[in-house]
Amino acid sequence: MPELRYFEAVQRALAEEMARDERVFILGEDVGLVGGTFRATEGLMAEFGARRVRDTPIAEAAIIGVAIGAAMTGLRPVAELMTLNFGIVAMDQIINHASKARYMFGGQVNLPLVIRAAAGGGTQKGAQHSHSIESWFVNSPGIRVVIPSTPYDLKGLLKTAIRCEDPVLFIEHEMLYNTKGEVPDEEYLLPFGVADVKRPGRDVTIVAWSKMLHEALKAADQLAGEGIEAEVIDPRTLDPFDLDTVLESVLRTRRAVVVEEGWRKVGVGAEIASQVHEALFYELEAPVQRVAAADVPTPYASNLEKLALPDAQRIVDAVLKITL
Amino acid sequence: MAIAAADQITMYRKMVLIRRFEEGVAEAYADGFIGGFTHLYIGQEAVATGSISALNHDDYVIGTYRVHAHALCRDTAPRALMAELYGRATGVCKGKGGSMHFFDASRYMLGGYGIVGGNLPIGVGAALSMHMQQQDRVVMNFFGDGASNQGVFHEALNMAKLWNLGVIFVCENNFYGIGTDVRTSSAFNEIHKKAQGYGIPGHVVNGMDVLAVREKCEELVKFSRQGGGPVLLEARCYRYQGHSMTDAGKYRSVAEAELWKKRDPIPRLAKSMLEAGIVDQAKLDQIQHEVNETVEDAMRFAEASPRPAPEALYGDVLVGGPSA
Repeated sequence: MPELRYFEAVQRALAEEMARDERVFILGEDVGLVGGTFRATEGLMAEFGARRVRDTPIAEAAIIGVAIGAAMTGLRPVAELMTLNFGIVAMDQIINHASKARYMFGGQVNLPLVIRAAAGGGTQKGAQHSHSIESWFVNSPGIRVVIPSTPYDLKGLLKTAIRCEDPVLFIEHEMLYNTKGEVPDEEYLLPFGVADVKRPGRDVTIVAWSKMLHEALKAADQLAGEGIEAEVIDPRTLDPFDLDTVLESVLRTRRAVVVEEGWRKVGVGAEIASQVHEALFYELEAPVQRVAAADVPTPYASNLEKLALPDAQRIVDAVLKITL
Repeated sequence: MAIAAADQITMYRKMVLIRRFEEGVAEAYADGFIGGFTHLYIGQEAVATGSISALNHDDYVIGTYRVHAHALCRDTAPRALMAELYGRATGVCKGKGGSMHFFDASRYMLGGYGIVGGNLPIGVGAALSMHMQQQDRVVMNFFGDGASNQGVFHEALNMAKLWNLGVIFVCENNFYGIGTDVRTSSAFNEIHKKAQGYGIPGHVVNGMDVLAVREKCEELVKFSRQGGGPVLLEARCYRYQGHSMTDAGKYRSVAEAELWKKRDPIPRLAKSMLEAGIVDQAKLDQIQHEVNETVEDAMRFAEASPRPAPEALYGDVLVGGPSA
């Protein structure tokens, strides 16, 4: 099967959907002439023109607001926020407008709107450019949260996102853009709310997404050397969340570790752990463990940043804590 | 440019309807039928009436949290609006939106929004959508004096002009952002001139004179529709009540309020129509009587309507449903 890089999977998905549906258009900072800070929209302006690949001012709230207005009136915008850090500037439009409009207007309007944003740390970008804040959006009803870890998942999920009638926050990871993976030439779509078991195992269930999925797989390799077979599950979408696949796995392994790059306090991991506890408390051999970022702003110094963010070793330690 | 007699009578009826509707709302609020924030439009009737009447039926209107009048001007049934305020299933948004969030897809009314300035980029997005779909429908984008100090106001003006979109920004300048005088809050308080910073023509009109508002808006709508790009109109007006039903408005002097009430738009139009022989007093009395009936009927309808069923709680959040 041919291989694509993660950023090429974005390009491919966007190009296919734009060719398929004239209503789809892209707007954002540097998406056109530059082709995107992470090359994710490279070539699209040449292919589809400046009308459908629109460079915008640096005005994140208005980028999202404009996308909302366009989505309400017949188009299917894909707004790029360059990075999710800048999404914080647009929180009012994302949470208070995009996520609530359909409900507060009694279901009269759909918002087929995708917000793409790069997230994550690990490249010494410091406190304001290293966010993994998916929990903020998962906490809010009215918006889907999609967070792929591989080029294959990315392409299939982005196409689904663009065809979705609801607002979707599509979170890509800055450190994954150059990673490669098999992506078939034939068209495919991946459904929301269906987790993927990336590695089967019998002894412990590890739930991880985005870049942490890869750390979890590394941890599972290491654990296998110690005779512990970890099952690694990538939920791929956090809203909707495929709890059934996780519960089915934990029912077999009776142990679970949830990994996220975001902060530990009130994180997505806390929610997943809580749901597992509520459903399977008496089946568990040990409390569900959380591996997450230290509750500090991400530091610049490389040694401190490494300490702040979770990695394979931290996951191994968490597994050993409940399997030994 | 003379405004046809029939149009003047229609506008008179509309202003009387808005006034009586809002009086009915105040009564129902006092009687406990309406809760939450309820922002009345009494005193400002000429602005929504004159401006919206200059639009075609399929142009878009988008507004703020003081939005009852705009929905009435779009000819949404008073019954559906009053029922929304009463929190009933028969409301225009099924009782889920309330006073600040009137939305009527069938009337191209893109809603009322509760965050100051929040609607402005959304309106620009609707205009971008019309531009991209090669339609000459314009968007009338309402805001208050207070919103002109918000970041998204400037972002929205910039993008509208950058892309030369058909947006008529209508500032309802009632001189107070809740309790703070525009002179205290805005470094430069001739709001129409703020448009000049973006190369947008800015105009000012007496917002207590419905004929002046209508004439000015006909000119501006024509300009925008013919590709002239965005325009901004500042309509100077006065709300007689406090900011909302819970605001006694003690920050304003009695003398100031009395001065503005002498400029009341309804008797003003009545007088000019009587003088021009367009109507006689009997006709005006008949209009008042019919409007009173309409509002009483709306209130009876609202009170008799069922509340939303408990099952409605989870509906309308997303098209896909919460777990799809």
